[in-house]
Amino acid sequence: MTEIGLGHYLTLGAVIFSIGIIGIFLNRKNIIVILMSIELILLAVNINLVSFSIYLDDLSGQVFTLFILTVAAAEAAIGLAIIVVYYRNSGTIRVEEIDKLKG
Amino acid sequence: MEISIIALPLLASIISGFFGKFIGDRNSEIVTSLMVSISAILSALVLYEVIVNQYQENIVIATWINSGSLDVNWSMKIDSLSAVMLVVVTSVSALVHIYSIGYMSHDPHKPRFMAYLSLFTFAMLMLVTSDNFIQLFFGWEGVGLCSYFLIGFWFKKDTANSAAIKAFVVNRVGDFGFALGIFLIFYLFGTVNYAEVFEQIPSIIDKNLVFLGIKVNAIDLICLLLFIGAMGKSAQILLHTWLPDAMEGPTPVSALIHAATMVTAGVFLVVRCSPIYEYSELALNVITIVGMSTAFFAATVALVQTDIKKIIAYSTCSQLGYMFFAAGVGAYNVAMFHLFTHAFFKALLFLGSGSVIHAFKDEQDINKMGGVWKKLPYTYVLMIIGTLALTGFPFLSGFYSKDAIIEFAYLRGNTTGYYAAGIGIFTALLTSIYSWRLMFKTFHGEYNNKKVSIEDTHESPVVMLIPLILLSIGAVLAGFAFKELFIGYDGINNFWKDSIFFLEPLSTDHPPLWFLILTPTLVILSIPIAYYLFVKNKNLPEQIANINNPLYKFLLNKWYFDELYDTLFVRPSKNLGLFLWKFFDLKIIDGFGPDGISTLIKKFSIKANKFQSGFIYQYAFVMLLGFSALLTFLIVK
Repeated sequence: MTEIGLGHYLTLGAVIFSIGIIGIFLNRKNIIVILMSIELILLAVNINLVSFSIYLDDLSGQVFTLFILTVAAAEAAIGLAIIVVYYRNSGTIRVEEIDKLKG
Repeated sequence: MEISIIALPLLASIISGFFGKFIGDRNSEIVTSLMVSISAILSALVLYEVIVNQYQENIVIATWINSGSLDVNWSMKIDSLSAVMLVVVTSVSALVHIYSIGYMSHDPHKPRFMAYLSLFTFAMLMLVTSDNFIQLFFGWEGVGLCSYFLIGFWFKKDTANSAAIKAFVVNRVGDFGFALGIFLIFYLFGTVNYAEVFEQIPSIIDKNLVFLGIKVNAIDLICLLLFIGAMGKSAQILLHTWLPDAMEGPTPVSALIHAATMVTAGVFLVVRCSPIYEYSELALNVITIVGMSTAFFAATVALVQTDIKKIIAYSTCSQLGYMFFAAGVGAYNVAMFHLFTHAFFKALLFLGSGSVIHAFKDEQDINKMGGVWKKLPYTYVLMIIGTLALTGFPFLSGFYSKDAIIEFAYLRGNTTGYYAAGIGIFTALLTSIYSWRLMFKTFHGEYNNKKVSIEDTHESPVVMLIPLILLSIGAVLAGFAFKELFIGYDGINNFWKDSIFFLEPLSTDHPPLWFLILTPTLVILSIPIAYYLFVKNKNLPEQIANINNPLYKFLLNKWYFDELYDTLFVRPSKNLGLFLWKFFDLKIIDGFGPDGISTLIKKFSIKANKFQSGFIYQYAFVMLLGFSALLTFLIVK
């Protein structure tokens, strides 16, 4: 068994980040999935911050993580609220049908 | 005082044109008529001063152009010549203004009409009182513009619009020559003021120029170019085609512009430039030939026309021809005299015919009139006076002026002079025949109008008859009263002084007696002939027409000038215009210009549009790609 080191944590963060990115782009169905993917990206960043914090023995990284978690919670709440309102107005949250920005 | 002669019509025009809506129809009629009448009275005073006190003045109103050696003033030159023109223009104009109150009583655009008439008067006064060629040109174009407005006054009538355009375009041809003439004058003399130009003329007698590859004498060239302008304005043969068509305008306009004043501007120009023309034998001969051809041509055409106004229009054309050949044989004062008398009797005839047209409710075909002389007694008598004066019946105005022209042509003593005299006499006979044909067909014989019953024809209102009566006084007396003054040639004639220049004094001989009585005799004889032909034995003219059918057709179609010009100029230029429009404009200019660029932008936009799909995830992806690229770039660097 090898010791679990910084590299493993960073790899985990990178994998989760990639899953989040791919989740945004390959997703054709539901806008909530996009929201979840954004959460994943944020979490990947958190993992990076925490692991560097331990590796460098500096607490400020963990403090930042807490801030990000707070902001992410607020952002998720607002995002869900927007989606609810959007659903009421246009009757769909299917990604293919949301193209009002089209010129 | 002198300046107000010019200023009043302009002021009247501004008031009626811009404020006609506020002051009402009746007020604008009164204002314009009154102001032009005042101007007429002042002009008469000026003429009186000129005759009695030898008054001469060159009033500079303002500087117009002062650039290098080009020095042009707005000015008012008063001498014998312009004083005579002032009286002719303002008096006829005032009477026409008054007449229009009656004639246009059913028209919805009275203030506009009166404004045009006054504006025309203003432009004509600018023309005649100018002391330089540029102001002359200003007036020249001004009257052309007003003529365009007034011919096309009934703008809902297609024929009126095309007649207006035709008048304008034909006049452009003449004006082109005129403008070249002015350029040449400025080129040679470095000035455009009459006095300075005329002073320098003797110094360039032998100067030659190369024009269009031909070597010509400078003075001949100036004269011919100026004369082309005069031909256009005065409807001389080749450039005459607009005048008959101009009869589409209201009749008062025909009387004022196309009989008494504007069309005589060409004659005025030649007389004004007599110090130049006197040195050009060639130009004088050309003028004589053009004048006599026009006189003859127009008289023959007038013989067979059936539209009352067109007959008088051709008659005007013919009389203008007389004036030109008078000027061409060097008798400028006689040309002016005929211009003066002609203004009265021709305006009288036109206004009289307007009265007839009014009585027949806008009928102009003389075949659809007849037998109404008892119903229209005043018009009838006044028209008779006008006709007698026109034909040169002894002791009426036309007699003195027209016979004087023929005599002077005879006395000129060269070949063109004799030709001109011969054609002049023959044309006088034709004039008499067509004039009486007009009179007899209009007023005698059976009543031929089916649309209007004879009981419904009515005499014109007083406001139309008063100008007619005043004009008829002029038509009767103008010749007798002014004969000595204008053309008296017993050596004491100093009325014209230096406003007309004679290189050699006019011949003071008298032609033989048989020659003197020839024209009046023919004229008097033609009355019973015309009566027999057009009232007693109506079949005879028809038979003559049938026997000489080609000739009749030739005359009826006005020598096919319109058709000729149509094939030669109108259609090719129309085709050229179509080609340039359809191919050059649409395909090349628009194709590569506005339309091409807009199509290109449209195509490009459609492509660019595809980027904007509206899907957020694509936007985010692009953003990420961009961000990564930027980041990579920064890190690698």
